[in-house]
Amino acid sequence: MYSGINISQTDARPMYLQIMEQIRARIAAGDWPAGKELPSIRALAAALNVSVITIKRAYLDLENEGVIVTRHGKGSFVADVNGLAGELQEERLAEHLTRAAEIGQSLGLTLEDLEERLRRARKNLDPK
Amino acid sequence: MDNKHIEMRGVRKSYRFFTLDDLSLDLEPGQIMGFVGPNGAGKSTTIRLAMGLIAADAGEVRLLGHLLPENQAIAKRDVGFVSDEMRLFAHATVGWHMNFIASIYPGWDAKYAATLIKRFNLKPEQPVKGLSHGEHVKALLMLSLARRPRVLILDEPTSGLDPVARHELLTEFMDVLRDDSRSILFSSHNTVDVERISDRIVFIDRGRIVDSRDKEDFLERWRRIQLQLAPGAILPELPNIVGRVVDGQFVTLTTNHFSNDLLARLGPTVREVHRMSLEEIFVASVFHHREVAGQ
Repeated sequence: MYSGINISQTDARPMYLQIMEQIRARIAAGDWPAGKELPSIRALAAALNVSVITIKRAYLDLENEGVIVTRHGKGSFVADVNGLAGELQEERLAEHLTRAAEIGQSLGLTLEDLEERLRRARKNLDPK
Repeated sequence: MDNKHIEMRGVRKSYRFFTLDDLSLDLEPGQIMGFVGPNGAGKSTTIRLAMGLIAADAGEVRLLGHLLPENQAIAKRDVGFVSDEMRLFAHATVGWHMNFIASIYPGWDAKYAATLIKRFNLKPEQPVKGLSHGEHVKALLMLSLARRPRVLILDEPTSGLDPVARHELLTEFMDVLRDDSRSILFSSHNTVDVERISDRIVFIDRGRIVDSRDKEDFLERWRRIQLQLAPGAILPELPNIVGRVVDGQFVTLTTNHFSNDLLARLGPTVREVHRMSLEEIFVASVFHHREVAGQ
């Protein structure tokens, strides 16, 4: 039983984000190693008293982040970070860039403006 | 393929002072549907229609594929129904009711009944008249659950219960849903319970469905946005704004169609963006719906 995952009613974040955060923490801590099978969606929903659709949403987003992989009909597993996760990260980057281009267009930014902003964002990541 | 557990299409039911109209909803296998509305919105009428207890004036109601109310006897073999208005026989014991239900329904699961008796801390030898309200509801639910019906229809199951009893009930509902061929329709005005366990949510007000969608969809679409306009600036017309409160330079917008494009259009005037609880969404939807309908 996975009762160690807590959902707080006073936490302003939605329930699926709270669940994602706690799963990520378990993976980061090494408690859930690569390849470990996650509880099924319905089992976790029953254990946490949370709707199936909320758990589905959390698993789907973790999958999009490359943290877990879901094999159809077999269940969800903690991803091997060097393998499939890389591809998923690629896809995610492409998606975000498309979104950025769309929003840039709706704001009337030129391509040069966008490039400059990306450069600045990149610089802000780097403490040097 | 038509395997919907409950299907209502264009249903109307008129009473002298109340009309339920244009009601359509689908309950899919494996789903918990929360049916939310103010008192007198038509929740119980809808549930009675879904159970075939009353006949619709127009439209179609199907329960497990069977047309109601004509074929209700067949449909109900696989349906459990609990309403907070239901009463067990006061002078009989809980155990007497268990034997009674077991004699009618061949699917009665005595082992599961015993488990539920223990979990709910009920005593089979206790007469019904000595039960508290919470125990009475739990006894009703135990009698329904132990038949292992495919569909559970619950009219205000948690109303009037203390937090501990409510938690016990919700746990039991979620346990049922481990099996993805079963489903639950429950009505409530407790939006906290609904928000927690429902997959699909239907809002009803004054006999009409106000909105109906997946829970996560509701929570993703609604936002409250606080803006600070430049002095003298006027907010442009924006789509999908259902509420707007202006206080000097400060504006609070409520949207039911939040998107990054909307944020981009509002630009640097945005101070804060807040998610909304299901209760806030429900209240805002009802008021918006009444406003649009000119009521």
